[in-house]
Amino acid sequence: MASESEEKLVAALRAGDEEAFAALVDELSPALLRVALMHVPSRAVAEEVVGDTWLGVVRGIDRFEGRSALRTWIFQILLNTARTRGKREKRTLPFASFRRRAEEGRHEPAVDPDRFAGGAWARPPQEWEGAEATLESDETRRVLLDAIRALPPRQRDVIALRDLQGYSADEARNALGLSETNQRVLLHRARSKVRAALEAHMESGNL
Amino acid sequence: MSCKELVELVTDYLEGRLPATVREQLEAHIALCDGCTAYIEQMRLTLSVLGRIPEETIEPAARDELIAAFRELRASA
Repeated sequence: MASESEEKLVAALRAGDEEAFAALVDELSPALLRVALMHVPSRAVAEEVVGDTWLGVVRGIDRFEGRSALRTWIFQILLNTARTRGKREKRTLPFASFRRRAEEGRHEPAVDPDRFAGGAWARPPQEWEGAEATLESDETRRVLLDAIRALPPRQRDVIALRDLQGYSADEARNALGLSETNQRVLLHRARSKVRAALEAHMESGNL
Repeated sequence: MSCKELVELVTDYLEGRLPATVREQLEAHIALCDGCTAYIEQMRLTLSVLGRIPEETIEPAARDELIAAFRELRASA
């Protein structure tokens, strides 16, 4: 499963190669922070989660067996750390396993069915022409980030890596250990809901 | 292809994952449909705003501490 360059990297980390570790920290920390920020209530806690993740990597690298990709393993440590911290900071939602199944279900429409009449738009989306200033505002960014935080966890992780961090589909699949189809289904659900949240925001007196 | 069906294909379309025949149907639909054209444009704008939210990383001091911890822990390993 592990590529040749990844085996070299793991060997370097095990041998105590500081430069290799620093390069990996610099490469992955922005993405880890993006994902952590979607799981815990503050920037300070998110930074601690990322720090604890790296300590977990340093302590655990000897036990890493290469059954998953190195980056999948690191993101897994991050998500476990964030989940533990998130539980301590605020109550998480019950029925997690039910929610996970619902997340992957195929019956969640991209757009509220009430907006269609017999398959065609009854209430079509409007153009956002001339609304550039609103789109670029801090308020709009806040609305978008809140919409992402409100998503089920796996949708949140996929959209954070794909659309905030700019990961390719393969990079995101690799980080999160998802199948190709699963990645696309989760991304579709996530993007559809975030677009709907932005549309609601743009229509609430901003157009 | 109805509008209601089209919105479910938008991610595959933007990802370049639609089979050619379906992509042609979708493009033929949007050529004639203002609502779906606006929908796809809204999606593109949403992604463009998301993509421009600046990247952040951990504090330099935290980074230095991690590298020091690596040195310490791996040296004693």
